Amino acid sequence: MENIYLAIPLSALFGSILAGLFGRQLGRMLSHTVTILGVALACVLSLVVFNHIVLDGNTYNGAVYTWAVIEGIQFEIGFLIDNLTAMMMVVVTFVSLMVHIYTIAYMHDDPGYQRFFSYISLFTFSMLMLVMSNNFLQLFFGWEAVGLVSYLLIGFWFKKDTAIFANMKAFLVNRVGDFGFLLGIAAIYVHFGTLDYVEVFKQVPNLLDVTVTVIPGEEWSLMTLIAILLFIGAMGKSAQVPLHVWLPDSMEGPTPISALIHAATMVTAGIFMVSRMSPIFEVSDTALSVVMIIGAITAFFMGLIGIIQNDIKRVVAYSTLSQLGYMTVALGASAYSAGLFHLMTHAFFKALLFLAAGSVIIAMHHEQDIRKMGGLKKYMPITYWTSLIGSLALIGFPGFAGFFSKDSIVESVHASNLAGAEFAYWMVLLGVFVTAFYSFRMFFLVFHGKERMDEHTRSHLKESPLTVTIPLIALAIPSVIAGYFIDPIVVGDFFKGVVFVDPAHTAIAELKEGYHGVFSFMLHGIMAPPFWLAMSGLGLAWYIYLKNDALAHFAYNKFRWMHTILDKKYGMDSFNQVVFAGGAIALGKLLWRVGDRFLIDGLIVNGSAKAVGFFSGILRRIQTGYMYHYAFSMILGVLVILTWFIFGSKG
Amino acid sequence: MTFEQIIFYFFSTILISGALGVVLVRNPVYAALFLILSFFTSSAIWLMLEAEFLGITLVLVYVGAVMVLFLFVIMMLDINMDPLREGFVKMMPLAALVAIIIAAEIVLVMASPSFNFDQSVVHAADYSNTKAIGNILYTEYVYPFEIAAVILVVAIIAAIALTLRRRKGVKHQNPSKQIRTKRNDRVRLVKMPSSSTQNRAGE
Amino acid sequence: MIPLSNFLILGAVLFSISIAGMFLNRKNILILLMCIELMLLAVNINFIAFSHYLNDMAGQVFVFFILTVAAAEAAIGLAILVVLFRNRRTINVQDLDEMRG
Repeated sequence: MENIYLAIPLSALFGSILAGLFGRQLGRMLSHTVTILGVALACVLSLVVFNHIVLDGNTYNGAVYTWAVIEGIQFEIGFLIDNLTAMMMVVVTFVSLMVHIYTIAYMHDDPGYQRFFSYISLFTFSMLMLVMSNNFLQLFFGWEAVGLVSYLLIGFWFKKDTAIFANMKAFLVNRVGDFGFLLGIAAIYVHFGTLDYVEVFKQVPNLLDVTVTVIPGEEWSLMTLIAILLFIGAMGKSAQVPLHVWLPDSMEGPTPISALIHAATMVTAGIFMVSRMSPIFEVSDTALSVVMIIGAITAFFMGLIGIIQNDIKRVVAYSTLSQLGYMTVALGASAYSAGLFHLMTHAFFKALLFLAAGSVIIAMHHEQDIRKMGGLKKYMPITYWTSLIGSLALIGFPGFAGFFSKDSIVESVHASNLAGAEFAYWMVLLGVFVTAFYSFRMFFLVFHGKERMDEHTRSHLKESPLTVTIPLIALAIPSVIAGYFIDPIVVGDFFKGVVFVDPAHTAIAELKEGYHGVFSFMLHGIMAPPFWLAMSGLGLAWYIYLKNDALAHFAYNKFRWMHTILDKKYGMDSFNQVVFAGGAIALGKLLWRVGDRFLIDGLIVNGSAKAVGFFSGILRRIQTGYMYHYAFSMILGVLVILTWFIFGSKG
Repeated sequence: MTFEQIIFYFFSTILISGALGVVLVRNPVYAALFLILSFFTSSAIWLMLEAEFLGITLVLVYVGAVMVLFLFVIMMLDINMDPLREGFVKMMPLAALVAIIIAAEIVLVMASPSFNFDQSVVHAADYSNTKAIGNILYTEYVYPFEIAAVILVVAIIAAIALTLRRRKGVKHQNPSKQIRTKRNDRVRLVKMPSSSTQNRAGE
Repeated sequence: MIPLSNFLILGAVLFSISIAGMFLNRKNILILLMCIELMLLAVNINFIAFSHYLNDMAGQVFVFFILTVAAAEAAIGLAILVVLFRNRRTINVQDLDEMRG
């Protein structure tokens, strides 16, 4: 099996290297063939691994290569393959494969065709390294590698100013998160003396009472500190408030990568990581509360912004933020299995939604404003139906994947007894309404109603080619049926031995108690508030955007202040721009003026030169050029030395 | 006072007077002659110290060559001595002061008991200073000796190279150029039509 | 027997005279060169005196080398002096101040 584990990431890497370094020689056709074959191989092998690990009940933990040994600490490349890893591998390789195929059509006319394939294959490799890792070092490698590819892909159209701004923003915001993450890893290294997951988790019970002093006079629990530092990393990667600002801007990249990286896989790395670290998080209630509250804020408030966005991709982006918030809430409520379940279902339906949006964008000739769309249903039936499935899954319509995962999250938050659980519950509940509203607002504006595009575009409207629709259909299937795996995954023992839950955190246990099969869960769901909230959101969207658009204007005029707040994204971007970016520039200017120009240029460089000039100006008077003056000074020197020699040494 | 001492003081007096003469006289020719006197007397003193070889060398090399060179130069150059003497009297007190201080300080050191040897090895009558120097110079100091030879060669070449000049307007032969000359440099064959052909062409 | 210190004092006096000579004839390069010769002579007297009293031939060998170098120095110095005079028509040190800072 070990060779198969190794082959999975390497086949993706191989494709990436071929397409990236020899793309020009290979040509377009061969480039996409080789990368798709690499990822397809990885996908098939992942399924084999899934079969071996999950169905046959094996786990694997071992190092394949020792990179370095420093003072007895081993830095290794190793794999920890268990149910969680297997699930992630299947999700990553499957979505990646779909996106690869989809890209053939989407990037058809792009001059950077081979480069794009190389990047997404490289991303697949990095993401696999991240999820398959058995130690923090490799985790960090994968973490940074996916960040790098994300940066490269957001700025894929590097001639576009906004894309460059967005990728720089993503990179910098992620640096903030990574800083915390790295500090967390460093703290683990210092206190545990190892970077291996299993070794670390084994030592957790011994270090429960250890406190560290970060600010003098303040004693903090080590485990809480580590957990929160790691979570800061997750906040950066999984775009939680306040480090979420990069994700909406990342939509400047091509749509396939929005689907792959910024919806389905990379942004869930934080969720994955926190689940992986569950033994650390579970021992700190404080950290869990922080996780839950941050997640709840993200889930609700980011959803609100989605309501007023007009760019089709941005709506989906904000929806992603909101859904990531849901997953985070689940983690905070110790319902790791629910969070990971939502991660999986979300990967499918959000990738589907993004690819569908991409399909619409292709048809609309790269017009992304939903106000200029409408009535696309009759032109693009496949896209329409798959989008409908995706949207229903997203809002948690009973029977679709999102329903099961989201409901189990809401339920487990309701059952949680941590500080802040009450707040989080209301947030996620309201979030359900908001989700339904913005999802169907977009859906109706795009596919129903009046055709608002110009005549030229309308005449070219047609369904997208097969390479686009096949992935849509292939993703629509799991968007429906993935939910029925709630039985083994959430309430079953799928994550037993992988995710550690403290017996005091009863959320998931209570969920299990109330669970009596899939259909009773659905039945129960239909009578529960989330369903009615979702339905009312859907209905409101239908009423406002299809029946009575006057209401929208009325609401717009009435609640203009609210619209402004949402439009400004709560002022977070401006705040960052002014305080952090502006502050950094001001600080830089200050350092430049004081440090560089005054101290270094003025005082050290020019100052020393001037001082030398000044003293040499004095000294040059001594240099008369007359030989006898030099001779005299020599003689006087002899005199002085002689005198010192005779009288000085005696005394 | 022994005979030896009388001789020593005699020569010392002459030597110091000669040195003072070098420093004080107006005419550089006299100064050079005083310097020759100084060399002679110090050569005598060196003989007293059984350094016969060096004493003779001093006379031969310095008096015979270097000082003659000095005299050549002094006489060759048409020097106006007056501006060179400017400030002579003015500097006298300072010069005397510095000289006396230095002399006093050295004497202070030299007069200390640790330098007060008055015994020396007395050699036999057939002792040859030249042989002794030769023995040590060609064995232990053979490399410095060679280097000294090289330095002298360099000095000769440098002195010649510095003073060598070609005057303009002076005609002189260049034998190497004369030898290197070729036939074509001297003889030019010119083809011209004979006069009869010319006439015919003119017709 | 003449004590060593007598010779040493003779050398010291000779040395001081040549220093005084440098002060007095500071403008005349010719005399300056002669003063240098005189100074070397004083040093040589010291060397030979020590060599004699300590019965060490090395002192005399050193004098030999000093004479060699001094001869070379005198030759080159005079050559420079000749060239200088040829170009400037003067050997007055006062006129030679191209190296003024």
